[in-house]
Formats: sequence, structure tokens, C-alpha cells
Amino acid sequence: MAQQEPESNNLTYKGVNEDVMGIITRSGLGYYLLTGAFALAAIGLFIMPWAYQIYLGQGVTGLNAPVFWGIYLVNFVFWVGIAHAGTLISAMLFITQTPWRRAIARGAETMTLFALVLVTLFIFIHMGRPWNFYWTFPYPNQRQLWTSFVSPITFDVFAIGTYTTSSIVFLYFGLIPDIAALSHTATGWRKALYETLSWGWRGTDAQWSVQAKACMFFSAFIMPLVVSVHSVVSWDFALSVVPGFSKTVFAPYFVTGALLSGFAGVLLMLSIMREVYPVMKKYVTNYHYDRIGVFVLVLSLTWSYLTLMEVATGLYANTSLEMEHLKFKLATPPYLQLFALMIFCNTVMPLVFIVRKVRPSRFGRFVVPVFVLTGMWLERYLIIPNSLSRKFLPWMWHDYAPTWVEASIAVGTLCGFIAMFMMFIKVFPIISLFEVKEDVGIPMRNGKRH
Amino acid sequence: MSVLNSIGEKLKSYRVPGYYTKFDHRWGMVIDLDRCNGCEACVTACYAENNLPVVGEKDCANSRAFSWLRVERYVEGEYPDVKVGFIPIMCHNCAKAPCETGCPVYATYHNQDGLNVQVYNRCVGTFTCATYCPYDVRRFNWRTYRPDKPLDEQLNPDVTVREMGVMEKCTFCIQRIRAGKDNAKDERRGVKDGEITPACAQSCPTGAITFGDLNDPQSMVSKLALSPRRYRLLEELNTDPSVIYLKRVAKDGSTGTGE
Repeated sequence: MAQQEPESNNLTYKGVNEDVMGIITRSGLGYYLLTGAFALAAIGLFIMPWAYQIYLGQGVTGLNAPVFWGIYLVNFVFWVGIAHAGTLISAMLFITQTPWRRAIARGAETMTLFALVLVTLFIFIHMGRPWNFYWTFPYPNQRQLWTSFVSPITFDVFAIGTYTTSSIVFLYFGLIPDIAALSHTATGWRKALYETLSWGWRGTDAQWSVQAKACMFFSAFIMPLVVSVHSVVSWDFALSVVPGFSKTVFAPYFVTGALLSGFAGVLLMLSIMREVYPVMKKYVTNYHYDRIGVFVLVLSLTWSYLTLMEVATGLYANTSLEMEHLKFKLATPPYLQLFALMIFCNTVMPLVFIVRKVRPSRFGRFVVPVFVLTGMWLERYLIIPNSLSRKFLPWMWHDYAPTWVEASIAVGTLCGFIAMFMMFIKVFPIISLFEVKEDVGIPMRNGKRH
Repeated sequence: MSVLNSIGEKLKSYRVPGYYTKFDHRWGMVIDLDRCNGCEACVTACYAENNLPVVGEKDCANSRAFSWLRVERYVEGEYPDVKVGFIPIMCHNCAKAPCETGCPVYATYHNQDGLNVQVYNRCVGTFTCATYCPYDVRRFNWRTYRPDKPLDEQLNPDVTVREMGVMEKCTFCIQRIRAGKDNAKDERRGVKDGEITPACAQSCPTGAITFGDLNDPQSMVSKLALSPRRYRLLEELNTDPSVIYLKRVAKDGSTGTGE
């Protein structure tokens, strides 16, 4: 019943090289203009409002006395979630030797990297005095100041720090053989860059052995991070006493949600890439969409179960605080409608993936991931500012609505993400050459030489 | 080894719940709600004493009023059988404060007097303390607040003027506690009960607020805290607050709902 793996026989080593080099070098003026437009949008919508906020203070946001965490934190959690699929695909599926990860792993890892850039940015954006960010690191200093290791924020600093570092190293280790291979055909500044960054990679047996060991080591190292990083992020909330935050289900709930949004992100990214570069259709096939669709379906079902559990935990606690929070979240417009929309996006919409034919269809490739991403963003919104608007003492209850600065920074960082991604694929191969070539087989066997 | 053991013992003692009893003081406050008439003199005194900025109508409507101490009003019943309750709420200086575990840089920590103190210079503004606080007493400097001329001349020289991006809250008038302790030390004696009075307690016309050392069984607060009307706000959260309320007595002699 299982669909066959893609036919690789029509690919050759040389063909793979040329296809990937084509993605890197062959682009019209339109592509560069679009990249520039996104970069300009990032500067205009993100950098400038942020500078405005740093100059005037957090007062330009919609935050107020009970709701101290707004959509900056929502975006922070959202982008950590987007980063997770890359890690899962590159690490967990690497160790389990899942064959279909090879063609999509690099793209997912790249998404992880740039999502983590935004994560780090959002930590700084939400701070009152971001210029003092380094105080959150434990470094020896003459004033004998140290960080508090019981604070979940300190956990975050370490979790995100470890995650970013290891993701960059993992991505780079995978890139070394590829950019060495590309340096033969590259010209101009790219050749110089590749030769420098490939550190004299010649593809000897000893080098391959070291590279494989390093990738295996980092896969094993990163694998726990798939679970731990977003658990730590969830503890920012779960370790408080606030009704709506203080729930033991949060760690698995956040991890599942992160993977769901991450896979939706990968799905959307691959679909757009395939539209822009039809040559990618050789590598990212219906088989991949089938597999990713199954992942999205399973994660969506798990997420739905945990959402039910989250609400049930509050109902079961049956304190006036929890009931008030649930009443606000589930029965007060507009949050009632937003909650319904979230359930539609995350539970109902991915159910179409039960039908095998839908998974590689245009609907499954473009519409479903957009809905899932919207739903996952709403989930974080309904948890973070919504719980804080109904805390303990009714006198202090206050609603929250983001201002133009917050909205603009949210859109601007997304533009920045797209711009960084578009620039990255003009420099580095978005398909892992050496891993795809593993699928191709040794050239001699097919009687083809490059 | 003995040094290590002594350090180990010391660290262990910190983990015991209620470790503050071994300190010199545990400053606390008793607020008699039966005496509170909601005049907000305490709020005004707090603004004057602690250099709190007056933020204006727009920010107040946005729930950014700067009062470290606020008087919450709760109305029960329908007209004409209306009961209005007042409850002044400031930082409860919890012995097991949720805010202290949130701060990554120790900008808020517990000092030897049983106070939950805020170090403005160390604050990086992660908002975690304010998010974790069940009493919503923490206030944030959303922008740089500068008093208009000549109002800057009336700032209290004993209290810092905070900068933008810093969290702050009621300190139990720590500058007055410091002054009281210094005076006592100069005279080579302990701090006497009633010697230290925060601005709110000093200004309360009905004497509803009493301040003192809960570690001293002879102090006024300790005696008042034995009252059968005693309760602490949101005590079920196990924060062990230092502010003790005495319930209102209703017309029929029963104690009111208090909270």
C-alpha cells in the first residue's frame, strides 16, 4: 500500500550538482528585487519601529499593568515552534535513518536557523532595557553579580543559546561537503567563499568518516533539544501561579504545538520553493508531501487531545480563578471566535490529510499549512495575553490589544525572515547534495559518469 | 572541610520554609479593614514619599497608573442595600514570593529584614516578576517620567528616581526602615516598635494601617495579627504574605466577606 520512494535512476551526480547550482545562480531580476523589497520592509516595519520603541520605552506597546506579556512573547514562542521541525527532521529522522528526510533536511534546518534569529530578536524586543541583555548570562565580574538559576528565564537563556549554537554547527557541518562540491563549478565571489568555508575538503575517506561521525554526534546531541527547548519555553508560563499558565500539561502541549507549526512551516516553505524552482520537483516529490502530511495529521490529533486536556485541567481544578479564566477564553467575544477559529485551523483543517490524495494536492500544500500556522499563532495568543488579562484580583483586570508598533514589528520580522531565507538560498545549496547523492547511487552502477 | 560543612548548613537553612525567622526582623503590616474608609490618603502619601510619577488620564485609562498602593473598591448588593468594601493593596512582601523565582538577574530578592526588595539598577525588564505576581502590585516605567517644573523640586531626596524600562513596587518605605535602623544602631539599641512608620501608615487618618516587626511577639503588629478577624489575601497560593488584613465587622456584628 505504501507509496514507492521516488525514482532516482534518472538523476546523476552531475545532474544533482547542476540542478542545485541552478537554484543558486539562475534567478531573474525579479527575484532580487523581491528580496530587496522584503529586506526594505524588514527595515521599515521592524528596525525603525524597534528603534522608536527603544527610544521611547515600552509605553509604545499595548502592554499594561496585568498584561505584561503581549504579542512579542507570542511571536517568541511561535518562532521557537517554527524552529522545531527543522531540528526534528535533521536530528531525529537522521538517527532513525528515515530516507525521505534527505531532500528536505537542509531547507528545514535553514528555517530553524532563521527562526532562531527571530527568537533571539524577540527576547531583546520584549525587554524593558535590552541594552543590558548580557546581564542574563553568568559571567565573572568585579561586582560579583550572578544570575538566578531558579528563574525560568535563565533556563531560556541556556536552552535557546544551546539550541542556536548547535543548530548553526549542525547546519554548517552538513554544508561542508556540499560547498566543496559546488566550489568546482562556482565562479566569482562564490568560488572564493566556498573554498574558504569548505576548509580544504577533498572528500577523502578519512574526511567522510569524520564528517559522518560529527553529524551523528550532533544529531544525538540535538535530539533531546527537540523536547527540552520548548518544554523550557513552556515553563516560562507553567512555573508561575497565574491561572491559565500554571498547568503541568504545558510542556508536552507546547512541544506538540511547536512540531505541528514547524511541520506546517516546512510544508509551506517546500511548496513555495517548488513553485519558484520547478527543478526541485525532482527532489521534493509527492512521496515527501505524503510523509509530511502524515506527520501533520498525527501531530494535529495529539495537539487536539492536549488542548482538550488543557481545558479539562482547568475545569477539573474548579477554582473560581480557573473558571474565570476559562470563561474569558471560551465564552467572551472576540476570544470565543478566536478559539473556534483556532480549533478549526488546528484540528479540523489537518483532518483532510486523512485522505491520501489531498496530501500532495495544491490545497494540501498551500492552504492547510497557512491555516495551521494561523491557528498555532492564535493558540499562543489565547494563552499568553489572555490568561494575564484575568489574573487574580478583579480590580486589576484589564484587556490587551497590540498597538501599531507591535503589529508592525511582527510583520517586519516575518519580512526579515523571508529576506534572510531568500538571500541564504542564493549562496548556499538548499538541497543537501551529498545526502541526495546517497539516493542516486554510485554512478558506475548505472553506467553513467560525470 | 569544616568550612564546607558550615556553608552547606547555611545553604540548607535557606531552603527551610520560613527561614526568615532567624533574621533580625520580619517587617509586616496589619490593615484593619473595619477602619478603612477608602479616603486614599495613603495613596497620596505614597506618591509623595516615593517619587511616583503622575502619569495622566490617558495612561491611567490604559491601566498604567503608577500607584504602588491602591485602594480597591468592591460593591456588593443592589441599591438600597449596598455594601461597599475597600481594601488597600500594596506589595505583600511575600516570604515565598513568586516574583523572586522569576527574575533571571536577582533584581528582586529577599533581604535579611524579610523584605522583598527591588534593585532598580539591576533590572533588565523581562516583566517576569510582574507576570508572576498574584497581587498585580508591580509597576513598570513605560517611558521616562519627568515631573514638570517646579514639581521636580519636591522629589524626596532619599528615594531614587527610576529610569525607563525598570520594574518597581512598594518597598514598605525601605528608606525609612534604613533610617530607623541606623538611628537605633547609633544609639546602640534595637529598633523600638512603632519607631518606623511607612508613609501610608503615617498618613492614615483612622489608623487602619499598623507597621512593625512580626518577629517580635511584643510588637503591635504581632498582637493585632492574633485577632480572630485576621486573614491574608490569596493565602491559598502559599505565598506567605507579610500583609495581614483584619476583616470588616458588618452591622449585624458578623464579619464581612472581607475579600
